[in-house]
Amino acid sequence: MTNHAKAFNALGDPTRRLVFERLARKPMPVGKLAKGLAVTRPAVSQHLKVLLDAGLVTLREEGTHRIYRINPHGVEVMRAYLDRFWDRNLAAFKAAAETEPFE
Amino acid sequence: MVKEVSVNASAEHAFKVFTDGIDRWWPRQHHIGQSPLKTEVLETRLGGRWYGISEDGSECNIGKVLVWDPPTRLVLSWQLTAEWQFDPNFLTEIEVTFTAEGPRKTKVVLEHRKLDAYGPAAPAIREMIGADTGWGLIVNNFAAVANGE
Repeated sequence: MTNHAKAFNALGDPTRRLVFERLARKPMPVGKLAKGLAVTRPAVSQHLKVLLDAGLVTLREEGTHRIYRINPHGVEVMRAYLDRFWDRNLAAFKAAAETEPFE
Repeated sequence: MVKEVSVNASAEHAFKVFTDGIDRWWPRQHHIGQSPLKTEVLETRLGGRWYGISEDGSECNIGKVLVWDPPTRLVLSWQLTAEWQFDPNFLTEIEVTFTAEGPRKTKVVLEHRKLDAYGPAAPAIREMIGADTGWGLIVNNFAAVANGE
């Protein structure tokens, strides 16, 4: 599987996408990431592992903290994300354009 | 990146829903503001702003209308960095074309381009310039003046 396909597939899961979006806004450790998400901390760790494997996220040790952030060297990261993003948005646009008349 | 979708509506209608009606379909969860998105706005003219209004009333810029050619073609700027921050010095483009394939059938092709802006140099340069201090402030002020804001 190409890197792009791997990244694209990894972002297919809504929770994983949410994790990625949170890290895009701010790097943070897994504990902080798990707060406010409707999934357990082990589940968040599992999602992070998939994101790491796909090259979407990187991990850095800062003292006793393990800080996750989105891969800053990734045109491919954003390409994969926006690929998913526009798929969803165009589907929503199509539905809106085909439903009620618009004044 | 190029995406295509076939819409069962006229090109005029599809164009109108995409632009004037953007609030009807823009995803709520995808908002860069601190409080939830209340309204998504695309000003329907050349040079018009593209932004979201949060429930707390604050506005979050996304980009501008670069080409306004209803009902067939639209080019928008998307000026959100990988950190999801609006940056007037950062630019990617979205071109959308609407091709009538029947009275109630339109092919909509969306291309999000200039994604190289997300390349390795981008974060380093932004870090070097800094966001709110020193050269960053000066550059941002200049950009604001140059853009007539």
